[in-house]
Amino acid sequence: MTSFLSSRRLRGGLTGAAVAALVLTTAACGGTTRGEEEGGGSAGEASASANPDAEIPSGLKISFLPKQLNNPYFAIADGGGENAVEEIEGEFSEVGPSEASASSQVSYINTLTQQGVDVIVTSANDPNAICSALDQARAGGANVVTFDSDTDPACRDLFISQATSEGIAQSQIDLMAEQMGGAGQVAILSATANATNQNAWIEIMETYAAEKYPDMEIVATVYGDDEDEKSFQETQGLLQTYPELKGIISPTTVGISAAARYLSGSEYKGKVALTGLGTPNQMREFVKDGTVTAFALWNPEELGYLAAYAGAALAAGQITGAEGETFEAGELGEYTVEADGVVVLGEPTVFNADNIDDFDF
Amino acid sequence: MALDSAHPATPAPATPAGQAPAERPSPTSRLRLLGTGDGVITLVLVVFLLVASFAVEGFASTRNTGFLLLDVVVIVLIALPLTLVIVTGEIDLSVASTVGLTSAVMGQLWFAGLPLEAIIPICLLLGGVLGAVNGLLVTRLGLPSLAVTIGTLALYRGLAFVVLGDRAVADFPRSWTTWALSGIGATGIPVVVVPLLVLIVLTGVVLHATPIGRSLYAMGNSEDAARFAGIDVGRTKLWLFVVTGVVAALGGVYWTLRYGSARADNAQGLELQVIAAILLGGVSIFGGSGGLVGVLAGALLLGSLRNALQLVNVPSDVLNIVTGALLIVAVVTPQIAARFRGRRPRGRPRTP
Amino acid sequence: MSSSTKAAAPAPVDVAPEHTGGRGAALVQRLVVVRELGILAALLLLIVATVIANPRFLSGQNLRDLLLSASILTVLAAGQTIVIVTRNVDLSVGSVLGLSAYASGTLLVNAPGTPVVLVILAGMAVGAACGLLNGAIVAIAKVPSLVVTLGTLYAFRGLDSLWASSSDRLQINAADLPTGFKSLAGARLLGVPLLFLIALAVVLLVGFYLRNYRSGRELYGIGSDPAAARLSGIPVGRRVLLAFVVNGALAGLAGVLYAARFQTLDATAGTGQELFVVAAAVVGGVAIFGGSGSVYGAALGALLLTTIGTSLPQLGLNPFWRDAAVGALILAAIALDRALSLRLARRLRGRNLRGA
Repeated sequence: MTSFLSSRRLRGGLTGAAVAALVLTTAACGGTTRGEEEGGGSAGEASASANPDAEIPSGLKISFLPKQLNNPYFAIADGGGENAVEEIEGEFSEVGPSEASASSQVSYINTLTQQGVDVIVTSANDPNAICSALDQARAGGANVVTFDSDTDPACRDLFISQATSEGIAQSQIDLMAEQMGGAGQVAILSATANATNQNAWIEIMETYAAEKYPDMEIVATVYGDDEDEKSFQETQGLLQTYPELKGIISPTTVGISAAARYLSGSEYKGKVALTGLGTPNQMREFVKDGTVTAFALWNPEELGYLAAYAGAALAAGQITGAEGETFEAGELGEYTVEADGVVVLGEPTVFNADNIDDFDF
Repeated sequence: MALDSAHPATPAPATPAGQAPAERPSPTSRLRLLGTGDGVITLVLVVFLLVASFAVEGFASTRNTGFLLLDVVVIVLIALPLTLVIVTGEIDLSVASTVGLTSAVMGQLWFAGLPLEAIIPICLLLGGVLGAVNGLLVTRLGLPSLAVTIGTLALYRGLAFVVLGDRAVADFPRSWTTWALSGIGATGIPVVVVPLLVLIVLTGVVLHATPIGRSLYAMGNSEDAARFAGIDVGRTKLWLFVVTGVVAALGGVYWTLRYGSARADNAQGLELQVIAAILLGGVSIFGGSGGLVGVLAGALLLGSLRNALQLVNVPSDVLNIVTGALLIVAVVTPQIAARFRGRRPRGRPRTP
Repeated sequence: MSSSTKAAAPAPVDVAPEHTGGRGAALVQRLVVVRELGILAALLLLIVATVIANPRFLSGQNLRDLLLSASILTVLAAGQTIVIVTRNVDLSVGSVLGLSAYASGTLLVNAPGTPVVLVILAGMAVGAACGLLNGAIVAIAKVPSLVVTLGTLYAFRGLDSLWASSSDRLQINAADLPTGFKSLAGARLLGVPLLFLIALAVVLLVGFYLRNYRSGRELYGIGSDPAAARLSGIPVGRRVLLAFVVNGALAGLAGVLYAARFQTLDATAGTGQELFVVAAAVVGGVAIFGGSGSVYGAALGALLLTTIGTSLPQLGLNPFWRDAAVGALILAAIALDRALSLRLARRLRGRNLRGA
């Protein structure tokens, strides 16, 4: 009797949950028209007139929100940002989650909004998931600059690109072709499969390689998720699956160092070429022991530095993010805003045994 | 979990006042059950909110209230059915993976061109099926829920990646995604709090004012006694798991809309936060004691603590240490207190 | 225990040999062997299938890589077994591994001349300290280990990243580590990777202890029935504390092995490992509610899980299937254990009836 009762009641509870879900659903429909005008990139266009001669006020609050804290690459970039903020006598802060997830970035963006910072400089874990939070931040008066990894262009004022996608992609294919002789199987070890940058580069790499090096065959793209251990194991898997593999391109700093470490300790050392994007400090060992001949990267410190200056220029009203505007970025000189609010740092640097000791980052 | 309920001697001293006897409690004892057991944690919450409002700049504002509530909505939502599950002496660690799998399926179906009005019921149904798998393995095969749901934690998360890979589906209609974030007028309180409140009240009534609620406590205290009292333990638990699955799926749908992005890794690790909130709220991991008010207070305390510490620029590492320490303190304190009162439990099994 | 067991949910294989007669013990023993042969068969099946798909799977390089990858998980699973047989669990091992790996890296950066043995001992000491904290809270405050180690999972990881971010070296790279230490990763003895031999030694030692030492047997007794164990004079608290300390020390050792193998050390090392460790033990036949299972089974479980990870891509399956496969394997393993223990219980009951 009781059992019948309890299960019936439970079923009632289930129906209750379903009804609540329905309520939620219908409420969602009812809310379609509401609040739509509050979205969109209003903040950037609100102050539509730029004043190129405006002074950067001192005391600007500029906050860096990297994909995750404790990542050496972002630590260097944020360090560059800190230098820039010191030069313009602003207040620098660095906040961020300990794991690279979009939802925890949202929570930090909300906090920054609440703290009323003037500039948020961020690198997005997901191009869309942090959009609403950034919109709210801009509605609250913050200027949003993305660097390294962009969001939907509607959600930010400026994107500081490390180099043009073409420049990055083509230089890696050229480096690879040079090292493997331009013919044979090549695989790509990327970051996560929805990393905006890497996907754009890989696409260009594929078309560029097909045009310029028809004998080079890109056989696979695998994802190390920017985790050292996973990248290491993916490299191992690639060499197992493709015994004829002549080279690996890893357009991510975590990937290339893990792949280099695997190669240097295996029988493939010196036989399988490796290039991509890496930091000199992580790769020094493998350039010296002959595992890697050459690789490329922009200077992350300069990237952070430029991003901070761009944010300050926005906050000061020197620029609004429109195409063609120019601003001064301290010792890096003058930069021009390109279409879609993109500012390009420059061409990547190629590192090899001759010059690697000149760099420390 | 199923195992320690085999020890009828469990006095469950973790929250002395929140313990419901297997027999029908008198109205007064039921009132006490709502009151004192959750009293401490609620008091801590109130004190914390007061202190934070004065000490933390920007904490007590409508906008921040909105941010804070949005961050705890899914945690509270999933904590509701999971509290019932834990009260019966079982556990479900797979809830966050259910959120992830629902989100992935939602993204894939949306990508395939289905309307959201059709996708959402499908997702809820999926959640029910996922919950039923847990429930059947636990009740029909008699497997320990801890091991079963560790298995489905990995399985469901893995399936989420199989469904959507590392892609993200993000082109959900803006009207839906902004609704998920919108507030009630100028109060800053998110509109989703309203349906959530309905569910909270519903769960509270079921747990604290119906024979079902009493039978859940009875099961948690002594499964055998509950069975002798004529309660169909297996069937009740099965339905609890199903409801948990459905509610977790609802959480997945909301999560996807709130962040406007369907991803397989959505809500990874959320189960820890939900369970932390429940245990902090005074629910015994052995089952048989605890109340919903405490759970709500626990979830809000964890959420507002994080929020306040973030506002004063405490690094995320410290937040993790604080969360971990708080969880341990929450379970150790009542034990120590019970020992001081001389009511030291004897022969109680220590379980994982 | 068995007195309060009901038809719908009887206990898993918790019939420790102490509680049954000689024949019963032999039966239980045979069951454990059968169970381990089952995992071995699954492992062989997987290897054969993969070799058919890709004959290079059996190449020397790949086998060495496989054993290397398995060694860290094996050490962790061996430690976890000790804790699980006492009806406890340690979810913090991934964080302990991270802490110990970063600690040994820091030690080597500051004192590059430190002998490898000393680094290993230091890492184990860090781990043992973490284990001591876990064990003390569990044993003294008498709170469930699931909750305590869930808390320390957060706390140790937080400590690790706090340490990394406050030091001047966020990440310790291969170039920062002395060559002597790095050569550990590639070192081989008769063609077998040294790290795997270390893991093997750990498994044999733990196995020997659990089987041949009185205190080792007592751990099973505690897991089977804590109340009875206490009544029969076993110092339950002290034994459980010991189990946590040993497990912590082994997680610390795993951290040093991690440092030697991966040579890139930051605060994220070992994140999420706890799931695979518990899975390895459970798949290997260690009952999650204590009292039964062997360290050899857990080691086989670790090997099986690692092999799944490497063979999926070679079988042409999306690597995303790996987590799903792990989950399905856990479910299959506990369901199998259940079926086996039901049969065993029936046979033992039949015997007891005849005996009476």
